[in-house]
Amino acid sequence: MGVRRIDQDHTRFRQIVRGKIKQNLRRFVSSGELIGKQGQKYVAIPLPQIALPRFRFGENKKGGVGQGEGEPGQPVPGQDQDGQGQAGEQEGQHVLEVEVPLEELARILGEELELPNIEPRGKKNIRSAAGRYTGISRSGPQSLRHFRRTFKAALRRQISSGTYDPDRPMIVPIRDDMRFRSVQTREVPQASAAVVYMMDVSGSMGREQKEIVRIEAFWIDTWLRHQYKNLEVNYIVHDAVAHLVDQHTFFHLRESGGTKISSAYELCLQLMRDKYPSSEWNIYPFHFSDGDNWSSRDTERCVELLKTSILPETNQFCYGQVKSAYGSGQFKKDLDSAFRSEEKVVTTDIPDREGILPSIKSFLGKGR
Amino acid sequence: MGNLTPELAAFRDETRDLARSYGLDFYEVIFELVDYDELNMVASYGGFPTRYPHWRFGMEYEQLSKSYAWGLSKIYELVINNDPCYAYLMRSNSITEQKLVMAHVYGHCDFFKNNSWFANTSRKMMDVLANHGARIRRYMDRHGVEVVEDFIDVVHSLDNLIDPYSPFIRRDDGKKRVDDEAPREVKKIQAKDYMDRFINPPKFLADQRKKQKAEDERERRFPPRPVRDVLKFLLDHAPLQTWQHDVLAMLREEAYYFAPQGMTKIMNEGWAVYWHSKLMTRHLCDASEIVHYCDTHSGTLATRPGQINPYKIGVELFRDIEERWDRGRFGPEYQACDDPELRRQWNRPTGLGRERIFEVRRIYNDVTFIDEFVTPEFAEDQKLFVYGRNAQTGQLEIVDRDYRKVKDQLLNALTNFGNPIIRVVEANYKNRGELYLQHDWSGNELQLEHAQMTLQGLQRLWGRPVHLETMEGGKGRLLSYDGQQSTMKEVTPSKGGQLAVGKEPEPS
Repeated sequence: MGVRRIDQDHTRFRQIVRGKIKQNLRRFVSSGELIGKQGQKYVAIPLPQIALPRFRFGENKKGGVGQGEGEPGQPVPGQDQDGQGQAGEQEGQHVLEVEVPLEELARILGEELELPNIEPRGKKNIRSAAGRYTGISRSGPQSLRHFRRTFKAALRRQISSGTYDPDRPMIVPIRDDMRFRSVQTREVPQASAAVVYMMDVSGSMGREQKEIVRIEAFWIDTWLRHQYKNLEVNYIVHDAVAHLVDQHTFFHLRESGGTKISSAYELCLQLMRDKYPSSEWNIYPFHFSDGDNWSSRDTERCVELLKTSILPETNQFCYGQVKSAYGSGQFKKDLDSAFRSEEKVVTTDIPDREGILPSIKSFLGKGR
Repeated sequence: MGNLTPELAAFRDETRDLARSYGLDFYEVIFELVDYDELNMVASYGGFPTRYPHWRFGMEYEQLSKSYAWGLSKIYELVINNDPCYAYLMRSNSITEQKLVMAHVYGHCDFFKNNSWFANTSRKMMDVLANHGARIRRYMDRHGVEVVEDFIDVVHSLDNLIDPYSPFIRRDDGKKRVDDEAPREVKKIQAKDYMDRFINPPKFLADQRKKQKAEDERERRFPPRPVRDVLKFLLDHAPLQTWQHDVLAMLREEAYYFAPQGMTKIMNEGWAVYWHSKLMTRHLCDASEIVHYCDTHSGTLATRPGQINPYKIGVELFRDIEERWDRGRFGPEYQACDDPELRRQWNRPTGLGRERIFEVRRIYNDVTFIDEFVTPEFAEDQKLFVYGRNAQTGQLEIVDRDYRKVKDQLLNALTNFGNPIIRVVEANYKNRGELYLQHDWSGNELQLEHAQMTLQGLQRLWGRPVHLETMEGGKGRLLSYDGQQSTMKEVTPSKGGQLAVGKEPEPS
């Protein structure tokens, strides 16, 4: 049958989708609208701009005609489940959502930001299982049927049971003769990575600041997952003390109080020592804060920790300073002056949502 | 000749003969047995697997495939208005479902052949569309895929601007008025001399002169009368390259081919349901199948409170008409009777029901069908209501059950297949060759953002600035696109052939 027409049109559609995503990437990133729409492998991207525009009526129509029970004044039943009557002015307008594999999204991000692929450091690989269809089994789906083996088995059976006639070489496989390709698992060296997100949750970090961190973390995750098959993510929050928390807490917790950044770095270091020996893991600590540290003595302690213990074990250390309602603090400057010649330390300023993309670019742009 | 299994072929023959015996009249029907993927594929192309390449078919395919994979929807049947009719059956359907679908398909095929709104559709559309496909592919080879695709995108976004009645009427008399004609005399009504001054009094003559003058004025305008078939207007007057002209003509032809299906959705489905249910329950179902049949059938007719199911409304209306004509519930005497009790009891057997529904299927479309046959009793029996949004709670609420309101609302939604009516009123706006469109205001506002984007496409075809006059919030609006930027101005709505020209506030 060759390539079917619909496959060509479908491919073309996917190309156009890809183009639209690329065009609108900046908007997707700064609005954060993709977060929460990702599944295991796919993310649902709303792309109303892909539908061709037409002259048509808006949705402020006077209503419609329905069929069923009820008195005038009663609500039309069943309106909340099926998108018929969502609140907001956009209701009823079917917004097209296109599913895109996360891999693809990462690739688009990579192309847009011109991110280099990461080269895993040294031989820090672990072994994991990968499957290839090199085995043979007696059961399986028809699509994996191995013709030659099946006929061989049938031939062998017919010869041994004496039903094979060389003059009329008819071979009829029965169920027992069926052979199927099957997966053989195999150990493959695989690079693994651990990400440690640290966030300042002191009183000065507001909701918007956390949202920015969340969006940035989503995109960094997407990229690193694309680069490493095996990625583990850890979350640390800190004010004057640091805690290891789960993802939900990380993004929703609101603390107040002072800021002692070193507490987070200490916890991070401990985590690295306990779980992620640098001989086997590529480690990426990311720290987000508004830059107001407790004291310059604590900042010195942070620099000390980074220099002696954290940096030698990691691929790269990233610090993003999110501007809060109280302005931007001193911490970034301190780091910059302490690590002027250290390539492994990357710091960025994130004044607002527009700053997310450039920040991601500097964090991931080095290919470490 | 299709690829039915012998078992299905036997059912097909039985169904066909039964359908004929009831008086259904159709072109030969060729059934193809396909799997779900092939069916999704054919459905994405609107039933024509050989259509021109376009990404939106790919998009359709992805949506159908996903929705099938998730179990959200399943296409039962797909039938093409063509001679012979092509119909697709999903291989995985049960025998009972196949029987139902075949009976249903014969209903559709009878409708295609006999409903007068389909009278002007090509019955060789399979071939026509295959030719269109081949031509568009050739243009793509010659001019580049993206160039042609881009153009198709623009045309597609305009292809609801057609005049679905134009295949049946001549909009202009084809006469060309010549400027140097002697001034025409006002036409008098014939009368004997002595009666003349009574029959053609001076005031009448003066009015006639004025009317004629206005008409002459209008004749000088371009176009002389508003043109509803915007695609045709572009075809005749937009500066298009040859291939663009050809593509536009082809896509317009396709739009006209599909239009009657949009105009008769309720009737067509109602008619098909009527016949599948008649044939299945009277003849085709055996006892072991009846529960399965009912399950499938009721799934087709299921209603949801906030929506109208065309299958349900259609079949109920046909049945109601049949019953009314069987019991003589029609004619002046019945119409004049306003005692609801008496109307309910009315029974003067005439046996005209069957004949009447065949007639209805021949000459009506959805608008006239609803307008004429939705009665107070019908609206009440079917529990129809009008709903609207409660501004305070934001919830949809039942507003009224009055059948006139229901009918109004239905007709409003069905008019011009639920699309706004937009006409070209002036192609030399401001004497600068700008195109001026007017939205025929029916009380519903346009989606302005989409309208702006659509104008941008239109401008690319027209080459000169384009304008659309519409209303928003009770005020006249003039949307414009000049090739660089989109603007929206408030204008006094144009009246009686006088455009908002000159009345618009000067741009600040």
